Amino acid sequence: MTDPAPSTFSSPEAIKRLKRRRAADVRFRYYGMGAIVLALGALVMLALSIGSQAVSAATYHVARYDVTLDRAVIAPPGEDTPEEISRNVDGFWSLVRNNLLETFPEADLDRASRTEASEFITRLAVLPAARKVAAEPQLIGNEMTVSAPLNDDLDLYLKGQAFPERRVRVGSLSSASQQEAGLARLEGQGAFTPILSAITSLEADGADLSEGSVLLTAGSSTGRLSDLQPDAASLELLTGTLDDFRSGNATARIIALPEAQRVVSDQQIAWTLALKEMGRISREPRWSLLTNSDSTYPELAGGLAALVGSLFTMLVTALVAIPIGILAAVYLEEFAPKNRLTDFIEVNINNLAAVPSIVFGLLGAAVYLNFLGMPRSAPLVGGLVLALMTFPVVIIASRAALKAVPPSVRSGALAIGASQMQTVFHHVVPLAAPGIFTGAILGMARALGETAPLLLIGMVAFVGDVPKGPTDESTVMPVLIFTWSNNAERAWEPMTSAMIVILLAVLLLMNGLVVFLRRKYERRW
Amino acid sequence: MDTDHTPQAAGTVTPPTADALPAAAPRIDCRDINVFYGPTQAIHNVSLSFPDRAVTALIGPSGCGKSTFLRCLNRMNDTIESCRVDGQILMDGQNINDHSIDAVLLRSRVGMVFQKPNPFPKSIFDNIAYGPRIHGLASSREDLDAIVEKSLRRAGLWEEVKDRLQAPGTSLSGGQQQRLCIARAIAVRPEVILMDEPCSALDPVATARIEELIDELRKRYCIVIVTHSMQQAARVSQRTAFFHLGNLIEMGETEQIFTNPREKRTEDYITGRFG
Amino acid sequence: MLQQLGHLPMGWLLIALIAVFASIAFFAGRVRAERILLSGEQSLHSRPNYHGYFVAMWALVPAVLVALAYAIGAEGISRNQLVSELPPAFDLLSDAEMKTYLDSVAQAALAREDTGTDLVFTAVTHRYLEIRGSLNIGALALMVIGALGGLIFSRRRLGTSFRARSLVERGMETVLFLCAAVAIATTVGIVTSLLYESIQFFRAVPIWDFLFGTRWNAQTEAEFGALPLFFGTFTIALIAMLVAAPIGLFSAIYLSEYAGPKARGWIKPILEILAGIPTVVYGFFALLVVAPAVRGLAIWINETLINIGLTTEPLLAAQPTSALAAGLVMGIMVIPFVSSLSDDVINAVPQTLRDGAYALGATKSETVRNVVVPAALPGIIAALLLAVSRAIGETMIVVMAAGKSARISMDPTSDLTTITVQIVSLMTGETGFDDPKTLSAFALGLVLFAVTLLFNVIALRVVQKYREKYD
Repeated sequence: MTDPAPSTFSSPEAIKRLKRRRAADVRFRYYGMGAIVLALGALVMLALSIGSQAVSAATYHVARYDVTLDRAVIAPPGEDTPEEISRNVDGFWSLVRNNLLETFPEADLDRASRTEASEFITRLAVLPAARKVAAEPQLIGNEMTVSAPLNDDLDLYLKGQAFPERRVRVGSLSSASQQEAGLARLEGQGAFTPILSAITSLEADGADLSEGSVLLTAGSSTGRLSDLQPDAASLELLTGTLDDFRSGNATARIIALPEAQRVVSDQQIAWTLALKEMGRISREPRWSLLTNSDSTYPELAGGLAALVGSLFTMLVTALVAIPIGILAAVYLEEFAPKNRLTDFIEVNINNLAAVPSIVFGLLGAAVYLNFLGMPRSAPLVGGLVLALMTFPVVIIASRAALKAVPPSVRSGALAIGASQMQTVFHHVVPLAAPGIFTGAILGMARALGETAPLLLIGMVAFVGDVPKGPTDESTVMPVLIFTWSNNAERAWEPMTSAMIVILLAVLLLMNGLVVFLRRKYERRW
Repeated sequence: MDTDHTPQAAGTVTPPTADALPAAAPRIDCRDINVFYGPTQAIHNVSLSFPDRAVTALIGPSGCGKSTFLRCLNRMNDTIESCRVDGQILMDGQNINDHSIDAVLLRSRVGMVFQKPNPFPKSIFDNIAYGPRIHGLASSREDLDAIVEKSLRRAGLWEEVKDRLQAPGTSLSGGQQQRLCIARAIAVRPEVILMDEPCSALDPVATARIEELIDELRKRYCIVIVTHSMQQAARVSQRTAFFHLGNLIEMGETEQIFTNPREKRTEDYITGRFG
Repeated sequence: MLQQLGHLPMGWLLIALIAVFASIAFFAGRVRAERILLSGEQSLHSRPNYHGYFVAMWALVPAVLVALAYAIGAEGISRNQLVSELPPAFDLLSDAEMKTYLDSVAQAALAREDTGTDLVFTAVTHRYLEIRGSLNIGALALMVIGALGGLIFSRRRLGTSFRARSLVERGMETVLFLCAAVAIATTVGIVTSLLYESIQFFRAVPIWDFLFGTRWNAQTEAEFGALPLFFGTFTIALIAMLVAAPIGLFSAIYLSEYAGPKARGWIKPILEILAGIPTVVYGFFALLVVAPAVRGLAIWINETLINIGLTTEPLLAAQPTSALAAGLVMGIMVIPFVSSLSDDVINAVPQTLRDGAYALGATKSETVRNVVVPAALPGIIAALLLAVSRAIGETMIVVMAAGKSARISMDPTSDLTTITVQIVSLMTGETGFDDPKTLSAFALGLVLFAVTLLFNVIALRVVQKYREKYD
């Protein structure tokens, strides 16, 4: 056997082979980068999709109604205690509706229109006004501006999220004259060409406009267009006067979706636009998200009850899991003899940390609810269930922190005659405290986002009142997110996203605290 | 780096400290090597050449830069981010530090054996076959078998492992593992073998076997060995270079270095006054 | 009178009493120790505080035991007593009906509700409150006696040579041990509650039918063949792993082998954010974005296939919630579980192995693929096992985005259901604990627990072995 001539730096085969290998090398590197990009991309997509929805829920449209607080309506004799006034939703609501009907006399004409006007504002939306009057009875008989959020569908419409709508300006109109059967005739040289061309382009994109609507708005007046020709069209006035069309610039709204399939009718659009034009609708930050409790109406719903419920639940979890977790860690790290029992405990802790959370829910349902007879839906039970999930996490983090304290500290303390207990609690635990607490906070953050086990102990029920204690019926933030995401109405989507943003903000705060503590107290031995 | 000024016959330029060298053309010729780790300089202006078919030992106290210098010879320092190597290392008249030289090909010509035996978590066979496979040295399975057998024979391991080639490389004893690593390096058909304290993790018996092996391998390869043990340097090498604080202090025939060092520091080190 | 006592806020009362007795006992012990110190010429073995702790300990233990016994047993005892006193007519009630009745009695009694016109119900409620009241008084009395007894007994033992500190420390060590033993108690609790309810379930439904039956219709028809659930769980976990394994692994390789320290410092925490996002958020993301996208894609594929004439019927189910949507999002969720642990084990591969490969002339990717990854393989497998166990046990994503139809279908765009989805839907209804519906949830929970436990144990073993190898 003889050695072949050694390969040289530049033999053509070697170069060729090397090229291939180098290409594989570069490819491999790109796989890695691709994986990172995919993972980060998923995160960004999640953040963007939820964030953009949440932004739309951060504000809402509030309408103002100037009403006279008529004693006969809101506090009739015999029902005039503050408590009864605050519950008199019907009375306040009828004041508000009558105000709306005064603004739009045409709504008073028939039953159907009155119903449509009634849908403008949810009955329960007047509750804050009722409470305010109940607290200040001297207001009765006076003028008062009642602010109430607009119905969620109209709110979405104003935000442009209800359905697609094309807006075009029409040319100047030369005449507007009343014809028979409530129709008016609008004329103007080429005034309607923009509408016709917009319709053509929409139809070219595959839209079916045969049953859609074309609404024309000028000032606070709106009507439905038909019989469209370049120079003329018929107008069915929905609200306002023809004068507005004679004088001002008119805007057409082309809606392809048939009125019957919409949650918002043409008439309601007309009124909404009119109220907006009158300056009676404004877009405001939705503080109610934090100050209201849950509701079946998205425009009234908020997360206060869930926030308080989460707070109580976390309180119970923290009170149970953190002390037990820390003490158990101290035992295992500092006192435990090496024997079968402590080995078994260690195995248990490691496995508990990986048991699916829903199994803890089953445990809670079987032991706390069924066996011990504790109340369903209570933060106490939820907190105890989450505590069982959290304390292994606390133990593992605390043990790591205790392990990081160098043995020299222990020998030092023992050498001056401290007992082992004194050594541990006077010297070792204080040194490990930052690590222990960051671990505890991380465990609590995990518990705060947990949903599944709480569903099994009944925390999924609708809770309209803020819980006053850990045994009251309650829900928590992640469960509220789950409940809201199940609701059918479109308006719940942004609401759910907004709630998610609030939850993530709290979690971010907790994690930020951990980072801060680590930076501040991190010690290298 | 300006390879234009490099004479094609690299051996004709005599390095300043190498006036006592035999006339044979050096396999590797290093000129003015400086190595930096970030801002600190680890090697100062070292010029040194290594003859073919001979063992050159690099000795010196720990931290003197001998390992760093060794790792320059097959550009292993490339894997350390903060490390920068200046100067020319000529092999066949080409500067291996030149950008046009691919470190991957260079390393197939300059093999290396490390301080701790580091067999891959694979079978004995695959440990040896790995290098030939990636470099495409075997055209068939029989070819590969032949390369593996030859390498193991040269490393003096064949008789011990021929019946268990599929056993994991980590199942061997420390000395066997180190010979496996040597066989692995040989299998790529290198011209130069670098050894970084190859016996420091081994017991005396295993060490003796490796030293025998090195003496055997000397007939085919240019070997550069870093060692802590002066006895070892005296036993296996023909030439010795003494490093101190990143400087090459003295270079010469091993016998001369150990019996009649020219430099005071070399003498102090060899007689055990420091290090 | 007794009825009024039935309304005592026992929880707060017991806690307050425990606190009061503990402080009294502490001061009693401390003061006595100080007096001994002042009067005697000898010094004390332990500092006065420890004598205080010692006495407090003796007062605390009986008090806490009484409180615990009350918390666990009071409701059961009073109900048993009440049932034994009920007129014979009540014997007609089944156990479940009796429980519902007692629940309503307890609720009405404690809420001070107007019990209405049902005179029997009112009478029963009052009797319940009386029993409760006497129990309350009994518990309070027992606690006072126990605490005082402990205080007096232990206070007598104090003296100059009394080793209060050692005894206190031994007591504390016991407390520490009990805290650690909570881990065992939890495991035992999980296993017994799952087993207990499951055994009851298997009395009604043979275990064989449960594990291998192919029809699941627990809500309406009492069909309990769980195979479709296992299939759905497995399919969705598989899809998740098809996403998470390559992305997680390549991320880990890139982070540990290619990225510079700066990029690593940024990317690693950001990847770990993925693990910190609550699963309900992922579920909403799946529902809001991924499921519609999957559906749109499936419809597009259907139309394309029909248009080019490959099929005449739609090929894919294209349902609004689908296994694919849930699996994809779950995959994103478990990426950090794969990447984080893999990153750790890859970093633990000794540098000398890499050097060995480089010295042979291997390129970086060859080194990683042929040396580093094989060396880290046990750890990587463990990471994958842990991720699978995560995916199997994950609940919210599948509840929100996977659907509820128990079927065995190879079409990833159809909706499948999983073990966890069924547990949630079975347990959120208002059914009693003796209904096979509820019990089947526990049987499913048992399967889930056993499978995830198996995966975890294997993974932990592998990691441990691996650590031993390279440490």
